[in-house]
Amino acid sequence: MIGVDMDEKLIIESLSPMERDVLPKLSKEDLEVGVVAEKSNLDKTTVLRAVGLLEKKGLVVSETNEVKRVDLGILGINYLKKELPERALLNKLSDARNSVPSKLGTSEEVPASSGKVIPIGEIRNVCGLNENEAKVALGVLKGKGLVEIDKGKLKLSGGSEVSKKSIEEVFIEKLPVALDEVKDLDLLALANLKKRKDIVEVIEEKIVNVKLSDLGLKIYGMDLGGEMLEALTPKMLKGTSWKGKKFRRYDLNAPVPRLYGGKRHFVNQATDYAKSIWLEMGFKEMKGNMVESGFWVFDSLFTAQDHPVREMQDTFYLKNLRSKSGVGSSELGVKKVLENVAKAHEGGVDGSKGWQQKWDEEDAKKVLLRTHTTCLSARKIMEIGKSGEFPAKYFALGKCFRNETVDWSHGFEFNQTEGIVVDENANFVQLLGYLKQFFGKMGYEKLRWRPAYFAYTEPSLEIDVWHEGKQKWLELGGAGMFRPEVTIPMFGKHVPVLAWGPGFDRVIMNFFGIDDLREMYKNDLNKLREMRVWRK
Amino acid sequence: MTILTMDRKELEKRVGKISKELEKKITDMGTPVEELTDSEVEVELFPNRPDLLSLENFARAVNQFNGKGKVAKFRIYEPEKNYEVIVEKSVKVVRPFTVCAIIKGLKFSDSDIKNVVDLQEKLHNSIGRKRKKAAIGIYPLDKISLPIRFVGRASEDIKFLPLEASREMNARQILKGHPTGREYAHLLEDTDVYPVFIDANDDVLSMPPIINSEKTGRIDEKTRDVFIECSGHNLVYLKKVLNILLASISEMGGKIYAMNIKDSKDGSFVSPDMGHEDLEFKIEDIEKTLGISLKEKEVRGYLNRMGIGMRNDNGKFFAEVPCYRADILHWIDLTEEVAIAYGYDNFVPEIPEISTIAEEDSFDREKRAIGNILAGLGMLECNSFHLTTKKNIKKMHYEFNDFIEVEESKTERDVLRMDMMTNMLQILSENSDAAYPQKVFEVGRVFALDEKSDNGVREKERLAIAMVDEKMGYTEMKQVLDYLFKMLGLEYIVEDVEDSNYIVGRCGKIVVDDVEVGRVGEVAPRVLRNWKIRFPVVGCEIGLGFL
Repeated sequence: MIGVDMDEKLIIESLSPMERDVLPKLSKEDLEVGVVAEKSNLDKTTVLRAVGLLEKKGLVVSETNEVKRVDLGILGINYLKKELPERALLNKLSDARNSVPSKLGTSEEVPASSGKVIPIGEIRNVCGLNENEAKVALGVLKGKGLVEIDKGKLKLSGGSEVSKKSIEEVFIEKLPVALDEVKDLDLLALANLKKRKDIVEVIEEKIVNVKLSDLGLKIYGMDLGGEMLEALTPKMLKGTSWKGKKFRRYDLNAPVPRLYGGKRHFVNQATDYAKSIWLEMGFKEMKGNMVESGFWVFDSLFTAQDHPVREMQDTFYLKNLRSKSGVGSSELGVKKVLENVAKAHEGGVDGSKGWQQKWDEEDAKKVLLRTHTTCLSARKIMEIGKSGEFPAKYFALGKCFRNETVDWSHGFEFNQTEGIVVDENANFVQLLGYLKQFFGKMGYEKLRWRPAYFAYTEPSLEIDVWHEGKQKWLELGGAGMFRPEVTIPMFGKHVPVLAWGPGFDRVIMNFFGIDDLREMYKNDLNKLREMRVWRK
Repeated sequence: MTILTMDRKELEKRVGKISKELEKKITDMGTPVEELTDSEVEVELFPNRPDLLSLENFARAVNQFNGKGKVAKFRIYEPEKNYEVIVEKSVKVVRPFTVCAIIKGLKFSDSDIKNVVDLQEKLHNSIGRKRKKAAIGIYPLDKISLPIRFVGRASEDIKFLPLEASREMNARQILKGHPTGREYAHLLEDTDVYPVFIDANDDVLSMPPIINSEKTGRIDEKTRDVFIECSGHNLVYLKKVLNILLASISEMGGKIYAMNIKDSKDGSFVSPDMGHEDLEFKIEDIEKTLGISLKEKEVRGYLNRMGIGMRNDNGKFFAEVPCYRADILHWIDLTEEVAIAYGYDNFVPEIPEISTIAEEDSFDREKRAIGNILAGLGMLECNSFHLTTKKNIKKMHYEFNDFIEVEESKTERDVLRMDMMTNMLQILSENSDAAYPQKVFEVGRVFALDEKSDNGVREKERLAIAMVDEKMGYTEMKQVLDYLFKMLGLEYIVEDVEDSNYIVGRCGKIVVDDVEVGRVGEVAPRVLRNWKIRFPVVGCEIGLGFL
């Protein structure tokens, strides 16, 4: 193609077959798409699609005008063929006037001068109309003053011009017509007919006019190279028919139908990532039951038996269930642990004053849904206390339960990320170190600690992370070092244990831009399909 | 978390102007400033510090922390004539203990009275555990005649006009008919004996922990001298509560007088005791716990800033814990005091070099593998609640009744899930507007009653898959299972079974190594109708114990 510059060449190579068909049928004058369709032997939809593609390439200019057109409705078509119901009635009345009175009209009550009459109730039968048509016909004629009713009988008014066409009859004969062009009496007729069902309708129509652009004009005269190849087929691959030919170029950014893949739930993706951080730091995973005894959730963690958190309004207790031993399987030989915990509560472990109130084993036997994963840590340090195998580092990520009413920031189930480090030399600055490391990898560079209180840790702290997007500190939860009243019953002496259990849902929500906690476990498939994957 | 709201001007009178710097200090003290307006200061308190629950006590702590206040010392005057409270044996069965004091020469302003009443209420609700553990009464001294007796009496032998009432009532009438009586009636259940304080004229002062007498139970701005009692079941807590109140009132001026508590059963004593308590500690222990090194002088400085004294007795260190602190149980509690004064911001985080071997839970690895296989087949993993409703479970398992129910759930969900399929069907039912086909799965825990388990409940991990479309059936699920088991390197067979939850002839047991591990089938139309699911569903649920 000599003299064709590169851009034009690329355009030509990217023309699809339907564009190739349509382009030669266009000119620099506006053509209606319907006309183009006829000329090119294509259906209108295909032409519209082709025009759309050509316009994107800058080859044509199209203009869409919305036109309102008045046309006959379903009944209207029928009435045009036959007659309007009011005409039917009018004809019968004038027939009646001009003929010998029928049986129906022989009543003496009919004034002799007025000609023929039809009783109201007989209109349907006489005119062959349905109930609605009869009603309308009567209404219309009364409105025009052509008829009058006398003692339940209908007759023509004196001097009625019966033969003249009504404005409605005149109007429907003109249809279809553009709404703009409806004038004078026709307007009145339209208004009248619109009140009646399905006689006329106003249709909004799009008229698309299309003409060649300057670029289009240029290409119009060129060889469109009809030999562009479309799909590559297995048949073509058997031979060499493709040699020396060109494949049509695609618009690489054209929209394509959506595709959704299967995927892991976003909470599980985030959990897996968080787990990998703890694993990288040499932590072992803890697992355990969600249904737990008061002993492991509260008592072993030095939570006083009259602490408000143990009340029913905060904790899910299970009906009619009682733990057999509170402390867990008796074969572990953990009776001693139970006694030690009792002692820690009542006072007397390593000089601690304890809570100085009687400890009730029955309270420890209540069965509940764990309110924190820290019960896993408590069980674990009992195990470590028995085996003596430490330094040791453990983590858990799991669901916890609180008896809460649900709103955007509260749920009755939530995830916690739990961890413990058991080491003779563990200390507070190391606790801060682990937390900084973990949250750094979770994407929070800026952290701060505040003093806090938990029954089972001392010192305790609250972790806040800086949310860059929201420009504010977010409270994530607590950490600390287990108190001697917790460790001594398990180890027989105080071994420092670093412990933390920040909530994890807030972190997940931040990453995925979820503002309402209720979205987390809603399983809205549309949203799950659209949701991006966890990437840190 | 408790919120303490204070009048800003009143507080500034005591601690000086609240600058940005002071605001930060208050926050560093572990009592974050939540709200600061021209008229009010709102701080958040942790439940272990009831001693900070009044403006006066809070201001003292701020001044100490700011280095402007000394460790508090309280002067107690000797009891005068008849400064006596006789605790009779008759009261021991219902509310056995009381601690008391008299304060004279007060000059209450309106705001003082409000602060005292507020503190009283806050102490009741926190450390007093809603008056169960401790209840406080304050009486104008000029309206009562000493000595006082604390006695237990039958209901009909108690007759007085309680506050906010129009007629005299006996004990039962108060518990049944008086609004405050009704609110706290549960604290005096199952007893024929009711505790009352009575004065030398046999006038009833109050019936703790319920209500005071109208005649003697109101203090106003003219009140100069008061009698205070605090009653309950545990002397240790009662003393703390009284001391916190006295520490606060003492900041309003007035002299604290001791009283003789005569208790022939449990022993007499003089009240109040506002001396400090000694707590021995080693500086090395604090250093080791915190991971910083500290000199004696530094430790003393930090403790003093937290309002705690320190003494060196020939190389033995003692913390002198003030009488109002209820949260110092062990030397470990001193480490946090030191840490707060040292400043949480000033610790430099570090990671120690301890070698430990990481290990992921083996089931979690299996769970991830299954998740990846099914996601590879274009399925969406779901994550649903462990709690559901009986109604939901009954939509499929209409004969099931072994519910594991929680008490007093605040939501409609009140039973633990017994299977995974219920949740799967709920998800399909709630997503009728999402594009089809829908293919979902979840691995999760289900719960069953089990007498053999220690807590009476057995927990198991299960996989459920559900697929729905206009045309969907057993074949599609069989394809999935074939692929899944092949990828897991396992073999399975399906044996015909009748299960009313599935269509007969299109439901089977999934068997691995001769053991049934689950069910698969086209879900019965009855179940689908219950869930208002309009298209056929094929489902399977597999216990993962065999992995």
